[in-house]
Amino acid sequence: MRQAAFEAAHAAEWEAFEKFLDGAKPPPFEPSDMPARFRRVCQALALAADRQYSPELVDRLNRLALRGHSLLYRNRRRDSQQVLEFVLGGFAALVRREWRLVGAAALLFFGPLLALIAVLQAFPEFVHYLLEPEQIASFHSMYDPANPHLGMRTADTSLMMFGFYIWNNVRIGFQTFAGGLAAGVGTIWFLASNGVIIGAVAGYLTQVGYARTFWSFAAGHSAPELLAIVLAGAAGLRLGLAIIAPGNATRRAALVAAAKPAVRLMYGAALMFFLAAFVEAFWSPYTTVPLEAKLGVGVAGWAAFLLYFVFAGRAGKARAEGARAAR
Amino acid sequence: MLDTTRRVATPEGIELTLHLAGPVPRALAWAIDLLLRAAVLLLAMLAVAPLGRAGSGLILLAAFFVEWLLPAFFEALWNGQTPGKRAIGLRVLNDDGTPLRWPAALTRNLLRAADFLPFFYGVGLVTMLANRDFKRLGDLAAATVVVYEPEKRAARRIAEAPPVAPPIALALDEQRALLDLAERSGSLTPERLEELAELPAPLVGPGKGLRDGRSAAARLLGMANYLAGRH
Repeated sequence: MRQAAFEAAHAAEWEAFEKFLDGAKPPPFEPSDMPARFRRVCQALALAADRQYSPELVDRLNRLALRGHSLLYRNRRRDSQQVLEFVLGGFAALVRREWRLVGAAALLFFGPLLALIAVLQAFPEFVHYLLEPEQIASFHSMYDPANPHLGMRTADTSLMMFGFYIWNNVRIGFQTFAGGLAAGVGTIWFLASNGVIIGAVAGYLTQVGYARTFWSFAAGHSAPELLAIVLAGAAGLRLGLAIIAPGNATRRAALVAAAKPAVRLMYGAALMFFLAAFVEAFWSPYTTVPLEAKLGVGVAGWAAFLLYFVFAGRAGKARAEGARAAR
Repeated sequence: MLDTTRRVATPEGIELTLHLAGPVPRALAWAIDLLLRAAVLLLAMLAVAPLGRAGSGLILLAAFFVEWLLPAFFEALWNGQTPGKRAIGLRVLNDDGTPLRWPAALTRNLLRAADFLPFFYGVGLVTMLANRDFKRLGDLAAATVVVYEPEKRAARRIAEAPPVAPPIALALDEQRALLDLAERSGSLTPERLEELAELPAPLVGPGKGLRDGRSAAARLLGMANYLAGRH
């Protein structure tokens, strides 16, 4: 068949398909006809390319087929449903599935943090290896028991600090994640260095006698914030591991496969960072609340998160497995 | 072929051609986005100026969302295009040519932090030049490609001319080259068209100038009309 005859035979059909893609109202044919018509466009494209019809015609058919492909293979699953499932249990189940990496990230972060708190009780002068004198002076003024709003300079407002915590802390979380692409080295660096800084500040302030003010400030948001850093680190380690040990796949394929659970971990970590920033800005600084209440809220936070990560999402998993077994 | 295209096999058993975008158009799209982001933040600053220090908290919040989440939002929900990409005519797609969704959009945008290193997207540029799909690290991990939006051009028709049978049998790719030239004839100057038409000597005969009182270009256009089946 010559090109002119081919074009003449199909012109009307292609035009109708193009109109449908443009969203013409009323549609030129029933939407349920779309897949069948799309397959005919695909066939025309294959024929046109095989018979070496003019590039213009092949381009036009390729354009039609590409747009049809985009429309047909769009995933229409409800996003809001998925978000709810994820928050209620999918996230916890994912963290349990990645428990080895979460454990490794926790060691890298909490290891230096707890070790430094302990070391600084015995050797307070060691802090000068870790922090600049100006930093130490600034922490002194922030946690001075005479300061009515802890953790900030006197003129700052809570709303401003909220913006700052989101901007700064969540960015650190994202960097910790992205550092995994450097074979995990960046992630390890961000985890360990943040552990060192936080441990140094906590240990030093406890030792110099600001323990009440510091722990009153830090308790409330400690659980979501510190756990979020660890989970961002676990996500980064997942990427790094795919590059170091791709297993039975190319590095590129392993990275693509690892990115899916890793970015899901990041959704959860980002939500926890937001929660932590909110608590840190609007609850933690206020000294009008008694210390016992603030410590109680902090402990409750840790208990709630640990219970969530250990138990949430198990029923859903069991139900899914039951359904699979029944099939 | 040196063309920067990517062939995608579809379930219908055909191959679609994606036209990949290289570093320069992508950098332009990024620059446009950067200016828009700066403009949005500037407007936000003017709007919250009366709030003083609390306002600067709102600015930091806005900066966070505009920097990290807005590009992913656009790519997931607006046809795979940020405003800059739309202005340049680019689009982000999954490797298999399907539209982007939230997970891939967030993956490639969060990993921009790695592409940006050591400064100004150095790692991203080197990675783009080191693989044949122009993927930066975020694209590699998210399995996405940045492609030119298929543009809707005014159809180029083969110029009408009295059909002429080619003096020798032409192979398929030779026929295709002839059709391509005939379609492009409208965008070439007559002199350039004539110059090109004189190259296939077996078709148009030796020597310059007129043959049967007609130029080489006219002869080739006639053959293209014959090949396309207009007789």
